[in-house]
Amino acid sequence: MADSQTQLKHDKETIEFEKNQVILTPGQLIMKRFFRNKLAILGLVIIIAVILFAYIGPIFSPYGEYELFYVDQNTGVEYHMDDKEAIKSPTVGVNVKAPISKAHILGTDTDGRDVFTRLMYGSRISLEFSIAVTAIEMLIGITLGGIAGYYGGKVDMVIMRLVEIFYCIPFVPLMLIVSSFMAAFGIAPEHKIYWLMLIMGLFNWSGVTRMVRGQVLTIREMDYMAAAEASGISVRKKIFKHLIPNCIPIIIVMATMDLGSFIITESTLSYLGVGLSTPFASLGSMVNAVNDQIVMENYLNIWMPPGIMLLLIVMAFNFIGDGLRDAFDPKMKR
Amino acid sequence: MKQYIIRRILTSIIVLFGVSFLLYGIIRMMPGDFVQQMTSGNPEITAEQKEKLREQYGIGGSVIEGYVNWVKGAVKLDFGDSFKYKEPVMKVISERMWVSFSLAAIALIIELAIAIPLGVIAATKQYSKTDYTIVFFALAGISLPSFFFAALLRRVFAIGLKVLPLSGMVTARAHYTGIAYYLDVAEHFILPITVFVILGIGSWLRYTRTNMLEVLNMDYVRTARAKGLDERVVVFKHAFRNTLIPIVTFIGAQIPALFSGAIITEGIFSIPGLGKAAIDAVNEKDLPFLMGYLVFLAVLTLLGTLISDILYAVVDPRVRYN
Repeated sequence: MADSQTQLKHDKETIEFEKNQVILTPGQLIMKRFFRNKLAILGLVIIIAVILFAYIGPIFSPYGEYELFYVDQNTGVEYHMDDKEAIKSPTVGVNVKAPISKAHILGTDTDGRDVFTRLMYGSRISLEFSIAVTAIEMLIGITLGGIAGYYGGKVDMVIMRLVEIFYCIPFVPLMLIVSSFMAAFGIAPEHKIYWLMLIMGLFNWSGVTRMVRGQVLTIREMDYMAAAEASGISVRKKIFKHLIPNCIPIIIVMATMDLGSFIITESTLSYLGVGLSTPFASLGSMVNAVNDQIVMENYLNIWMPPGIMLLLIVMAFNFIGDGLRDAFDPKMKR
Repeated sequence: MKQYIIRRILTSIIVLFGVSFLLYGIIRMMPGDFVQQMTSGNPEITAEQKEKLREQYGIGGSVIEGYVNWVKGAVKLDFGDSFKYKEPVMKVISERMWVSFSLAAIALIIELAIAIPLGVIAATKQYSKTDYTIVFFALAGISLPSFFFAALLRRVFAIGLKVLPLSGMVTARAHYTGIAYYLDVAEHFILPITVFVILGIGSWLRYTRTNMLEVLNMDYVRTARAKGLDERVVVFKHAFRNTLIPIVTFIGAQIPALFSGAIITEGIFSIPGLGKAAIDAVNEKDLPFLMGYLVFLAVLTLLGTLISDILYAVVDPRVRYN
């Protein structure tokens, strides 16, 4: 009697225990590992803050991206560029390099535009640009890498030689050359941005292809692929159901890291004067003002904020990417 | 192994043809050539004379013709004379690459000396405050745009504190000789090398940390710990030595790249290395130099991957190429 009672109690405890057990899917495990990484969370917070700043900010900003400001030298009264009557006065000039004030939180730049407002638009364009380039790069890279890895043989051989060719082409000198014929073909500045995206995507896919191919090659040898093969499912299903999902982690990590590195590349090109140009406010071309020694020495408010903004955005992407990499990699757990 | 290397070199040659053809096509498509730029200040020059000049410079015919001529020279390692320097391209490159190399090599040594110990410490204390601090600064370094960081350094040390020179490689009109010369150059190198080091440390550190973490989770490390060995012995004797395998291959892969020159940093600090020469060449449409330089970079890249693959087999006897 007592025996069966303890048995019953024991069973109850087991059921209770099992109920309290939390079973985590692999995805949840990854999330858990990711959110345990403090730097990754910091990165996420920075990115969200930057997105809010870049997209919500302009709604509250009283100024536009390329609005010029004029100032009366004698009275110090500021006029807007639409104020046609006022700016005709001989004592009124463009309000360049205005100091930090209530009206201009970070002053105005060498052309008389509000630095703080341009910072919002610059961050926005940087984010959008690098997302577009990453998308192009991933599209080409994943497709070619998947084909090369899955089919192997001659196809693989040709694709890999192409990868090597593109991998060997140094990007910044190339862009310096390319930009000179964009100017000559008379591509309008507002269209130039799309060309830049396309060219950057076209010349940067080789790394992705290499990674995806390597990943596909290892997955192809896995036992579960042999099982999939044996079950006689179609090639399409094999690729989309078994191969691609197992490549996703590596792709996500690469994409996050690339988002950051393309922002650096774009700003570098803009800094050199061959990237985004007017009418777009690019963070890189904003830093470019530093080439004027007077600005470098005395007007830190013009070139420091865009540089710091760049650092923050890229750093955030790197933090997230690094966190994701650790989270996806089961070897990293302690 | 020998066969493998030969095969790799042969495919590299095919790749080089592809790269050089692509680059030649792109450079020739550049609007306005050297002749036009050279003669733009001379209103009396006729179209005929221009054509003749183009002929002389080897940029007269079609793109294919020009490329074939270029290849004919290139296989004999003759890349023609630079339009700007009026000297063989090979000579210009070999003179300037040592400037770029000394900058990059010194930076690499400093990077390794800092990154490897810190990477090991970070890995042994994963998710601790030390780890977070180290990784934070490493990733922040990677994320710095070089032009911004260079500007910042120049503002603080050259303009603000006035302790270091703003740009250049030697003090103008000083004409130092002997030790004074090297000290002068060293002073000018401090800021550019700082840029290289701060931007470069991160990737080495991350690489060391990742590999160290992987090794620390290996069974033999657990065995070593179970034997009751001192933690220091476990980390430095059992784990770290195995981390060295990937690090050595990574270093090997980087050595050719040391010659390649840094366009942005050299440009900002006006250091007469290869990177600076490349920017000038683009501006002046110096086709032979650009071609020579870009192909030189491609060779360095291919060499880097080849060296890393070979080293991989050398340091790890499990890797076999056939």
